[in-house]
Amino acid sequence: MYAQMITAEASDEDPKLLEEFQARIDRDEKIEPKDWMPMAYRKTLIRQIGQHAHSEVVGQLPEGNWITRAPTLERKAILLAKVQDEAGHGLYLYSAAETLGVSRDELVELLHEGKMKYSSIFNYPTLNWADIGAVGWLVDGAAIVNQVALQRTSYGPYSRAMIRICKEESFHARQGYHAIMQMAFGTPAQKAMAQDAVNRLWFPAIMMFGPSDSESVHSEQSMQWKIKVRSNDDLRQQFVDQTVPQIEYLGLDLPDPGIKWNEERGHYDYSDPDWSEFFNVIKGKGPCNVDRLNDRTNAWEDGAWVRDGLLAHGRKKAAARTAAE
Amino acid sequence: MSKEWPLWEVFIRGQHGLSHRHVGSLHAPDAEMAIKNARDVYTRRNEGVSIWVVEAQHIAASSPEEKGPLYEPSNSKVYRHPTFFDIPEEVGHM
Repeated sequence: MYAQMITAEASDEDPKLLEEFQARIDRDEKIEPKDWMPMAYRKTLIRQIGQHAHSEVVGQLPEGNWITRAPTLERKAILLAKVQDEAGHGLYLYSAAETLGVSRDELVELLHEGKMKYSSIFNYPTLNWADIGAVGWLVDGAAIVNQVALQRTSYGPYSRAMIRICKEESFHARQGYHAIMQMAFGTPAQKAMAQDAVNRLWFPAIMMFGPSDSESVHSEQSMQWKIKVRSNDDLRQQFVDQTVPQIEYLGLDLPDPGIKWNEERGHYDYSDPDWSEFFNVIKGKGPCNVDRLNDRTNAWEDGAWVRDGLLAHGRKKAAARTAAE
Repeated sequence: MSKEWPLWEVFIRGQHGLSHRHVGSLHAPDAEMAIKNARDVYTRRNEGVSIWVVEAQHIAASSPEEKGPLYEPSNSKVYRHPTFFDIPEEVGHM
């Protein structure tokens, strides 16, 4: 089904239907699964929601790595709950994508074949416990900024998934900040670890919003269809503005010497990240791309016999029930 | 035969006596696992006290094209709303 959709030509579409569709979007009506929609709208959503789902699932890997090494039982339970949430978030998003006519297994396959992406941030390593705090605070913090905006996206199932995710996500950011706070106000060695984590994760975190608006290939049409509702740079600025005071509260140095309050703009100025690094990581050359995809594929393949067994059992029981009726 | 687990729609009744409400969907090999998975996915923060699951293929839905003919008849029947009737103030609350 997915392959068919990709080959369909947009030019076959009735201009009148297209016009009515845009008018519905402009009136802020939600588009629902059975409604008519342009092929490119469907395709873009499958790509975007699919990538979003993959990011939730792959995002479990750098954190799952630290569950057995959390410093206290309480931190371990909290991290476990957070990682479980991420699995749930992946599921909400796969479900939203499935309403567009693609199956979850197809999406998972495309991820494993390297034909679909996930957020570049998860190709960076989590080297120590401070990174786990910084990931919750900065990475989930950045995700929240993006996801709060996406609650207003035009596709109903995607919007509803975002609303649900946002409700759960602020726990993630707060537990992360709380963990970093304990380190920043702890021994000098702990504080140095917190500083190091912020320094390493700052630029990858602000890259999460994607390339600058002038460079972003998917932006214009997506904005017109309200698949995206705010621009990459706009969202990035909001994240910087809200995060700088949080760093200052911790008594840590700002990770970018270019960060300065700009009275005239009413925003913080900041340095551009190294976009060549971003595109390298996207292309598969980040520090952990190979590991992440291997771990995903192995988990999928190692679990195959369990999935198959449960399905066979389910079918056998259903058949027995039908026979008894 | 596809090896993908069937899709189930999940309905949850919250704490305050309201009806079950659609909350999302999930894949599961059978109804029992669907309920267990729904518990793990959709009630992690005390969202519900009762779960219904139904295989998505068993749900029949109205189609968007029928929207006009389906709902139009109620448009012309404004007298079905209580505000259609002006009741004099002297009568009191009704």
